[in-house]
Amino acid sequence: MPGDDRFYCTLQLELVKERQMGQTITQKILAAHCGREQVEAGELISAKLDLVLGNDITAPIAIQEFEKIGAKTVFDPARVALVPDHSTPNKDIKSAQLVKMLREFSKKHGIVNFFEIGRMGIEHTLLPDLGLVGPGDAVIGADSHTCTYGALGAFSTGVGSTDLASAMALGETWFKVPEAIKFVYHGKPNKWISGKDYILHTIGIIGVDGALYSSMEFTGEAIESLEMAGRFTMCNMAIEAGAKNGIIAPDDITMAYVTGRAQRPYTLYKSDSDAVYKQVIDIDVSKLELQVSFPHLPENARPVSEATDIRIDQSVIGSCTNGRIEDLRVAAGILKGRKVHPDVRLVVFPATQEIYLQAINEGLTQIMVEAGAAVSTPTCGPCLGGHMGVLADGERAIATTNRNFVGRMGHVKSEVYLSGPAVAAASAVLGRIGSPDELN
Amino acid sequence: MIKGKVHKYGSNVDTDVIIPARYLNTTDPAELASHCMEDIDADFAQNVQEGDIIVAEDNFGCGSSREHAPISIKASGVSIVIANTFARIFYRNSINTGLPILECPEAVAGISNGDEVSVDIETGIITNNTTGKVFTAKAFPPFMQGLIEAGGLINYARERLKQ
Repeated sequence: MPGDDRFYCTLQLELVKERQMGQTITQKILAAHCGREQVEAGELISAKLDLVLGNDITAPIAIQEFEKIGAKTVFDPARVALVPDHSTPNKDIKSAQLVKMLREFSKKHGIVNFFEIGRMGIEHTLLPDLGLVGPGDAVIGADSHTCTYGALGAFSTGVGSTDLASAMALGETWFKVPEAIKFVYHGKPNKWISGKDYILHTIGIIGVDGALYSSMEFTGEAIESLEMAGRFTMCNMAIEAGAKNGIIAPDDITMAYVTGRAQRPYTLYKSDSDAVYKQVIDIDVSKLELQVSFPHLPENARPVSEATDIRIDQSVIGSCTNGRIEDLRVAAGILKGRKVHPDVRLVVFPATQEIYLQAINEGLTQIMVEAGAAVSTPTCGPCLGGHMGVLADGERAIATTNRNFVGRMGHVKSEVYLSGPAVAAASAVLGRIGSPDELN
Repeated sequence: MIKGKVHKYGSNVDTDVIIPARYLNTTDPAELASHCMEDIDADFAQNVQEGDIIVAEDNFGCGSSREHAPISIKASGVSIVIANTFARIFYRNSINTGLPILECPEAVAGISNGDEVSVDIETGIITNNTTGKVFTAKAFPPFMQGLIEAGGLINYARERLKQ
């Protein structure tokens, strides 16, 4: 398999010399999946897919539409994944019925990538960890945060249920090739600063539609030294700037993650030096403070020092954005020997069963429980105001999640502030938004 | 010819206000319609009439991929959504589910809440019957027109499978 990578890399280099037009990494992946050597931004193409996925909210509609298509079965049972994560463990009867639909559909069509509680995780952390997505893949998912897998150097984007239905039947879908915006992150970050801070700051610069329909390429020395957890966090939030996809070219850090996990062969692509970009935006991370996005848009990013008078009722640490062991280590390091403020509820969501167990083995769960946190089995839960920590009228939460629209986490008159795990953990102790440096 | 009363909103009308997550445990269009726009306009579901039109500014439908959003809008009787720009997943979902949408900043600027408006989808001509002003929207690319003519993505997929 490593030999294949070198072959593909060499082949790519040869083709580059013959090309008239530099291609971005996204263009290369899309071209490869429609049997072409290059594609132009704005072109409409039909691309074969390596993985299609849905969850308990989106797959039920997809299943209904799938039956209308008249397909006998899915295009390839190994390339479909259905993850009930939004309202599980089943939060009420209606949700139980929806999950049952996924279960029965999976059984009927031999879809092995269906996951029950106790053996699952939040989809966008679970599927890469299981090696079901790899570098060079083209992936669609009926969930807007499917863009997460771009961190592996894959093309990955969110779609609706009808698109999922069609893709489950045909194994391909249409795309308009996106233009690309290149973000170059310079410098070294200060203590506590993470991928979450990079992406909140970035969305703060360009706005929630600043990358509309475009590809966001994250590059630069600060990305090259960013661990996988931070890369997943950044690509996860590409949709919050309106992007088609977020993507980071694979490198040694990617390979260290992929090796031993990958279930299928993969291909390493990178953008040509003469690839065409709509915009190039430079960001100096050495100047960055811890970020907090104020209600009610992810683009309202400000330094944490501007938020220190804001009292909170709940802190949420976890989700597909920041539910990895690295995030939990940061949180536990801050909570150790301290207590959650009496007026605050801290809820923690390791993103997968494996991470949940690892947190126990590392002593992190003990620390968090002793501090007064409610540590939950993996679920999307409160991120979308579903269950496991919904907000009442007038309540405020700080959360390591990805969205803070009106009513996102509960009552229409509640508020959500977004941050990384360092701020969320420190705030849980302080009783108000703040930085870990404020703790004695 | 589409004709109806306008319900106008601002920018960044997101999927959480169009159909809040607490209602996502149903797929029934009528039930979804009864909660349409609830967290931005609690009276919308009661006031909206068959044929009415939603007009909005930038980035309409941003946020989640939930198809429940265009489904609830369509099922509530809305005949078309006109906006400056649409978020990309919502845009795609609307075409796939047969909710007509058009992008036309001039029309958005020239239409107020409560105006009576007519739209000819084939030509993209939007007429504000209250003020008399006429606007022309950008047409869909040919591929998408083909999708819509096929009756949406499911019909398109069905035809493909037969081949």
